Amino acid sequence: MAEPTTGRRELLDIRNLGVSFETATGPVQALRNAQFAIPRGRTFALVGESGSGKSVTAQAIMGLLPANGRITGGTIEFFGKRDGGAVDIARLSPSSKAMRALRGDRIAMIFQEPMSSLSPVHTVGNQVTEAMRIHTRASRAEAADAAMALFHRVGFRDPKAMLRTYPFELSGGMRQRAMIAMALICDPVLLIADEPTTALDVTTQAQILHLIRELQDERDMAVLLITHDLGIVNTMADEIAVMFRGEIMESGTRDQLLRDPRHPYLRALMRAVPRFHMMPGERLVPLREIRLPAVAEAPASPGAPRDVLSVEGISKSFYPRAAPWARKRQAIPAVTDVGFTLKAGRTLGIVGESGSGKTTVARIVTRALAPDAGRIRFDDGSGLTDITDLDPGRLKAFRRWIQYVFQDPHSSLDPRMTVEQILTEPLTVHRDGTPAQRRERAAELIELVGLNRRHLKRYPHSFSGGQRQRIGMARALALSPSVIVCDEPTSALDVSVQAQILNLLRDLQARLGLSYLFVSHNLAVVDYMADDIMVMCRGMVVERAPRARLFSAPVHPYTKVLIAAVPDLDIDRPLDVAAAGAVLRPGDWPEPFRIGPEPARSAMVEVAPDHFVRYGDAAIGAVA
Amino acid sequence: MTRYFLRRFATMAVTLLAISVLIFVVIKLPPGDFLTMRIQELMAEGDSAAAAKADFLRRAYGLDLPGWQQYLSWIGLWPRAGAYSGLLQGNFGWSFEYDLPVIDVVGDALGATLIVNLAALVFIHLLAIPLAVFTAVRRRGIVAEAITFLAYLGLATPSFLLALILLFYLNRWFGISIGGLVDPDLADAPFSLEKLGSITVHLIVPIVVIALASTAAMIRRMKANLLDELHKPYAVTARAKGLGPTRALLKYPFRMVLNPFVADIGNMLPGLISGSVLVSLVLSLPTVGPILVQALRMQDQYLAGFILLFVAVLTVVGMLIADLVLALIDPRIRFGK
Repeated sequence: MAEPTTGRRELLDIRNLGVSFETATGPVQALRNAQFAIPRGRTFALVGESGSGKSVTAQAIMGLLPANGRITGGTIEFFGKRDGGAVDIARLSPSSKAMRALRGDRIAMIFQEPMSSLSPVHTVGNQVTEAMRIHTRASRAEAADAAMALFHRVGFRDPKAMLRTYPFELSGGMRQRAMIAMALICDPVLLIADEPTTALDVTTQAQILHLIRELQDERDMAVLLITHDLGIVNTMADEIAVMFRGEIMESGTRDQLLRDPRHPYLRALMRAVPRFHMMPGERLVPLREIRLPAVAEAPASPGAPRDVLSVEGISKSFYPRAAPWARKRQAIPAVTDVGFTLKAGRTLGIVGESGSGKTTVARIVTRALAPDAGRIRFDDGSGLTDITDLDPGRLKAFRRWIQYVFQDPHSSLDPRMTVEQILTEPLTVHRDGTPAQRRERAAELIELVGLNRRHLKRYPHSFSGGQRQRIGMARALALSPSVIVCDEPTSALDVSVQAQILNLLRDLQARLGLSYLFVSHNLAVVDYMADDIMVMCRGMVVERAPRARLFSAPVHPYTKVLIAAVPDLDIDRPLDVAAAGAVLRPGDWPEPFRIGPEPARSAMVEVAPDHFVRYGDAAIGAVA
Repeated sequence: MTRYFLRRFATMAVTLLAISVLIFVVIKLPPGDFLTMRIQELMAEGDSAAAAKADFLRRAYGLDLPGWQQYLSWIGLWPRAGAYSGLLQGNFGWSFEYDLPVIDVVGDALGATLIVNLAALVFIHLLAIPLAVFTAVRRRGIVAEAITFLAYLGLATPSFLLALILLFYLNRWFGISIGGLVDPDLADAPFSLEKLGSITVHLIVPIVVIALASTAAMIRRMKANLLDELHKPYAVTARAKGLGPTRALLKYPFRMVLNPFVADIGNMLPGLISGSVLVSLVLSLPTVGPILVQALRMQDQYLAGFILLFVAVLTVVGMLIADLVLALIDPRIRFGK
């Protein structure tokens, strides 16, 4: 056939690639003159924010563009066919036999959402062996053997059982491992990983990234890594291309780009990412800063700030649905013995992975949930009062003092209400002022978050994600609360927008004297925002300390792992992926932190001023 | 799985009991009953012998008892010596109007109803599912557009009108006899291949007429659901493995959209039965629909009650079957997720 290509350095060579989408308002050019080459056996990262065209590039390579998209020009030369020949993918029909022979066999892909990318009604074994059964003449038994070997390699303890397991029986990280096994079953030469860890916890993310890197070395496989996270790029990539609005802004090796970014977009992006070891007082620089109208900041009150919120020993269990005649219902503890104080004008960060109970704590503090045990006290200016058991009338009056900013700016705004209706609703509920006064207040609020009065008559769908989140913040501010609970307020946003929102939150805090309870899974973001940080794991607070102290002198092994697992932008501090894992269960923690099975006993011990760490039963026994 | 089945079965029994109460209450709501009216009629005519017989029936079937006792004896939970023993004992009651046991009045009609409606059900699925899949895969083709258009037409056509038109032309072109479920010449003949053939031919028009609207609705619903699923990540994953478009669609999105349609099987049967009354009248099909209408009008309580309960049993059994099939095809239901 064609010239032998195995000696070439490149595996995939893209030149002048253009992709356009046919839309109701005419064609939209999603990709313009894209040009890069992926070397064999190396990792090539495509970095960019949403809408930058990085996923479209992957779809073009896979021949999986949506029905309204088409390649308008350029070539995608692939030098990895089974017979060693080359082929121009841009010239192949997406549904042709030749293209299908590449898909899943020579080029495989893993996706962002490991749950929705696997069919819930087919077994993992069925889905993993499928590609092998299509592309090779392997029998059912041979394919099953190959799948079990891979299951073992990607870290499943019982490969045989995996064949008959359904995806919904697995955790997110396990599902992504199954996805990886599925992609690798035909031994592809190119693996396209589209945001493979975005839906996962940091520690799980570190493990999956580690796994991908190991597998890549073993199989001499090239990886096209698509991500928005510069930290992951720093950890994984050999070569990088940065995309913005359908064009490649800058490309080169990792060292070139991260040590010496030339293009203004990449520089701006790097300044917008929160990272560890930022200078004290250093501010993120978003691509577009929101300037608030100049007003004097709230005067700093003399002396130490008072406590606005004091939480002592709250616990909460959930009971899964059981038959009504079941004698005893199995309690699932969500939060165990959590206590903290929040000072006026300060920010307390709550960090934890999914299932750590951080959102449950936020919801208990706002009294959206009632705790099973413990005490919550709140100071509305007249001293700390117990709000654990308020009657409905006083509870409603209390609610104006603590407001909530939600994670998802899309589902947290009613699409059928105008911005003005959204902003005046809290005032109407609490019967504040006349309708005219409420509308005036809405106008003030919208300007406070850097939007315009003209926006009041519009509906949420006409705003971007970042603007919607600002509307959500304006709504939270409507009743002039003293505490705002921010539950992952930026995790659904792009990096540059995240910087904008975080800065806005800090500015509003300085101006209005707000106290924040800032919940996040992202340690770097919490590091940027919080004065004190509380680390949660399995419903317990494992460590609580002032920000600087927590990062400079973490004591608890879980805290250490969490810090180590964050992919950092510092090129001289690549992620120590091997260290992650191992200490995710309280029973696996080393002494004196180990917390055994029921009846477990543990307690917070003050190891330094304001620095508390949870020690396990053995240690407390020794102290007592 | 056994536990799941047993639980469903228990639920089904309770549901049926509740439905039977409702049916009885509704039938008894109008004042008086068939026999009191008949006795008054006969007394007025001076036919005391017939009136005496009616009075005997009244007592035998307990129409003189309070309502709740009547109900219990109808259901068969309260058998009285020498009297009517009730449904649970296998005695379906007496039709006062026909002066025959209920089972003799409706036995054949029930058979015919079941045959016509089950055949319609099979026809709907056999036609609608392939067409829906086809239009979803080739949604921009001429043929798909034509099918979609016909489906619109099918939704909008009144079924009795279609019945008349079809009867006329099928008779004219193919010489198929009009109406009934079997050729009049063969009606009393013993069962034979010829009779089976005649029944099959006679089934064509009623089935097409009864099934058309449901088929059209099902094509449109399934196509819309399939199109929603086509862009889900798991469907993209399937294509990323190199599966061909048709196979990828049948294995993944099609499996995912099946659930509501399986769940619908239970609801479709009673809908078809009540919906086919009009068609049965037009086509003079010996189904149970027309008999039910008459029985309700005449307050022939055991006849009406039996037919209604029969439909309820069909529904509940249909739902039980649907639940079991759902558990078979969807592991999430099996595992209680």
